[in-house]
Amino acid sequence: YHGYIFNLDKSQRGPAKRNSAVELKQLLVSIVLDSECDLYPNVTSDESYSLVVKAPVAFLKANRVWGALRGLETFSQLIYQDSYGTFTINECNIIDSPRFPHRGILIDTARHFLPIKSILETLDAMAFNKFNVLHWHIVDDQSFPYQSVTFPELSNKGSYSLSHVYTPTDVHTVIEYARLRGIRVIPEFDSPGHTQSWGKGQKNLLTPCYNGHKQSETFGPINPILNSTYSFLSQLFKEVSAVFPDQFIHLGGDEVEFKCWESNPEIRDFMKWKGFGEDYKKLESFYVQKVLDIASTVNKGAIVWQEVFDDHVKLQPGTIVQVWKFQSYSEEQAQVTAAGFPVILSAPWYLDWISYGQDWKGYYKVDPLDFSGSPEQKKLVMGGEACLWGEYVDATNLTPRLWPRASAIGERLWSHSDVKDLEDAYNRLTVHRCRMVSRGIAAEPLYTGYCNH
Amino acid sequence: MAASGLWLPLLLAAALAGRAAALWPWPQYIQTSEAHYAIFPHDFQFRYHSSSAAQPGCSVLDEAFQRYRDLLFSSRAWYPPEPTRKLHALEKNSLVVLVVTPGCNQLPSLESLENYTLTINDDHCFLLSETVWGALRGLETFSQLVWRSPEGMFLINKTEIEDFPRFSHRGLLLDTSRHYLPLTTIMDTLDAMAYNKFNVFHWHLVDDSSFPYDSYTFPELTRKGSYNPATHIYTAQDVKMVIEYARLRGIRVLAEFDTPGHTLSWGPGVPGLLTPCYSGSHPSGTFGPVNPILNSTYEFMSSFFLEVSSVFPDFYLHLGGDEVDFTCWKSNPDIQNFMKEKGFGSDFKQLESYYIQTLLNIVSAYDKGYVVWQEVFDNKVKVRPDTIIQVWREEMPVHYVKEMELITKAGFRALLSAPWYLNHITYGPDWSEIYMVEPLEFKGSPQQKALVIGGEACMWGEYVDSTNLAPRLWPRAGAVAERLWSNKLVTNLDSAFKRLTQFRCELLRRGVQAQPLNVGYCEQEFEQT
Repeated sequence: YHGYIFNLDKSQRGPAKRNSAVELKQLLVSIVLDSECDLYPNVTSDESYSLVVKAPVAFLKANRVWGALRGLETFSQLIYQDSYGTFTINECNIIDSPRFPHRGILIDTARHFLPIKSILETLDAMAFNKFNVLHWHIVDDQSFPYQSVTFPELSNKGSYSLSHVYTPTDVHTVIEYARLRGIRVIPEFDSPGHTQSWGKGQKNLLTPCYNGHKQSETFGPINPILNSTYSFLSQLFKEVSAVFPDQFIHLGGDEVEFKCWESNPEIRDFMKWKGFGEDYKKLESFYVQKVLDIASTVNKGAIVWQEVFDDHVKLQPGTIVQVWKFQSYSEEQAQVTAAGFPVILSAPWYLDWISYGQDWKGYYKVDPLDFSGSPEQKKLVMGGEACLWGEYVDATNLTPRLWPRASAIGERLWSHSDVKDLEDAYNRLTVHRCRMVSRGIAAEPLYTGYCNH
Repeated sequence: MAASGLWLPLLLAAALAGRAAALWPWPQYIQTSEAHYAIFPHDFQFRYHSSSAAQPGCSVLDEAFQRYRDLLFSSRAWYPPEPTRKLHALEKNSLVVLVVTPGCNQLPSLESLENYTLTINDDHCFLLSETVWGALRGLETFSQLVWRSPEGMFLINKTEIEDFPRFSHRGLLLDTSRHYLPLTTIMDTLDAMAYNKFNVFHWHLVDDSSFPYDSYTFPELTRKGSYNPATHIYTAQDVKMVIEYARLRGIRVLAEFDTPGHTLSWGPGVPGLLTPCYSGSHPSGTFGPVNPILNSTYEFMSSFFLEVSSVFPDFYLHLGGDEVDFTCWKSNPDIQNFMKEKGFGSDFKQLESYYIQTLLNIVSAYDKGYVVWQEVFDNKVKVRPDTIIQVWREEMPVHYVKEMELITKAGFRALLSAPWYLNHITYGPDWSEIYMVEPLEFKGSPQQKALVIGGEACMWGEYVDSTNLAPRLWPRAGAVAERLWSNKLVTNLDSAFKRLTQFRCELLRRGVQAQPLNVGYCEQEFEQT
């Protein structure tokens, strides 16, 4: 933060001589309780802090390091340069804590590989905006860049190329870089759909599709009827749960296409044997429940996409449901919370859906608790995630597409629900955007104007 | 040039042949085969033919030779394996360049000939062009023909190309008023334009938001009108540099000083220039378009455009003339009186006409031609017959295809921009709609169609600055580039997608921050330096 505050262009440095104004000499930081300094942040981490700015010593007090990090960011935003170039801060008294504990950004490294540098830069920008979860959608149909120690062929055969891979060191670098910014890293290994790339390195994992009686040489979702499937998944998730220290793992479960399963005679037999009739949602359910059991076995909590709930899979209490379908998302939130499950909201915050003009305003206006439900239901909304799916995004355009649009969501998830004046938000966000640019984040402009550099 | 009947089957054959696939834009005539030759960087040279009108000392080509050497052989992030010096059957150790017409120290113009032929066979490795500008186009194509084997050897296939642009005005508009663009951003854009064979940089320098152009006749314009006169301006030096940087790439700089609307930033530096708006009988404190009834206005414009005419050497200037809001003029009592005096009634289009005609006469006297936005034509302003009209409105007053018909029917030359507003972003691969536009798709005689001199991709700056300009421009603008250069029949989307995807990876390799077209990867992904 010393770098962010003072490392500006030499031409902007203030006078060497101190003028007669009162000087703030120190920021004293105090952690009141057990710091948790060597731990990983989690959904219950205390991010609260108080900040008193008064000469000669400003005082930042927090229960844990996580609050201190948030307070440091705020402190760095209070400092400005007056017209002489002198670094100045106003006296103030701040008491702060987030409205929602889960404030995330989803990145997709399967549709396009994102070099580590790009991910680390995103983590920096997230810290500037008090985001605290990186939802890493690491693999999907198109590529499998995660280098598995247990199953090296997955990335050997499934990545775009051998240089489009995240080694264990890369993954560890991301996790530690995030931790130092109070950001959790939640990996998503989405299945049974969205798994085409898994089949390249793991034979007999995906369902072979049939054209009548003949195999068509194409593959569908993961084959839910083979024991080998579950033994593979157990081993994979055992590894993943050790590599990623967060308490939660995202298991996906979205957009499962049933056609291939329907075409496969062995699966049809299995359906008969199990008494599922023609209801393939029951087969999907059968699969997802087994994966959820695997997750429990490795002591991880699970997050799933909303289809898993919509299709009546039996979920353990505490499973988090991520609401992503735009149509009727408030009703979905009501239903999920009525059933007693926690919710992460993403539906109105798909940042890959670009359009002409100031779409940040739409994101800002969303209220995550704007659905019909009891106070207990509302308490189940853990927060939300801005999603930047990667079909049209890679390191060339990720940063300007994420920022400052995601910042609007950052405020919506941190600040009080009363903070909604668009004009005030615009004035602050334009300054915040220029600040991000000066810190090396290529955040795009909100509208016509300029930054002072 | 090749007889029009011959090339089509060859075009298709070439599309199927080997590695020359990532050519963008696609040449008029190309024949290639699997036979190929090796190129060794330490041996290879660009050379002038002894009969060439251009010889060493020709800055345009000397510089281009160096640039293309670097582009071909010194990749920034690659550490290519040193190719083992196997005795290769056939090697090319030079590209010999013959330019027919001298003219190295000149500026490119609308009339410049950009045709060239490239002959790469057992006996020759030869680039022939009419002018240095054609040689530049040929060098770019040559650089796209060279590829690398998996072992790292530089190779080029046996190729025969005859190429020339379909349209002679292939432009890109940048807006440096809504957001200031640093010089490096402008120069990077010019580089990428050259890779795509764009040849006009339409510089929309000033507008309502800011006046970054550093005027020596009226320094207050810049001092009071720029966002920050210490940092957000283009000095005379800067402008010169841009013009020369462009010239060396065969790119014309078409400067636009848009009036009478879009001029709020001119007001602070030239009191009395803009129309004071009235609220009833009192000035409201706000200002509108340039005041068309004062002599001082035209004195100012005379002096200002005298400067502009000498600073910007291209024959054409863009004088704007779009979106003039009449509300302020209507409210002003002096203007109301003037309207009565002149017998314009309540038709403010006549007042607008009066202003623009006077301005056009001023500019003509400085021996400049001009380009204007379509409103000038739509509002029936009397313009010189050699005026170029730029079509930008999609539906009003008529669909742009109809507008093209009307303009050319009236005998004016036309530039198409309406379907190519690249600042209008949407989700998904919009490059294909951009690509499938056919500029001559209107009802008209061959003479009318000949009046369409080309088009421009526009990147307006309300939401764009150097943080997001490059990915927003590239590779989408490439779709416009090919539509304006290549043959009308080059419309196969699958083939275009394949080539453009590959070309995009090449752009990345060359340091252009071009965004992806769709899911996939490049061998060398973009990393911020």
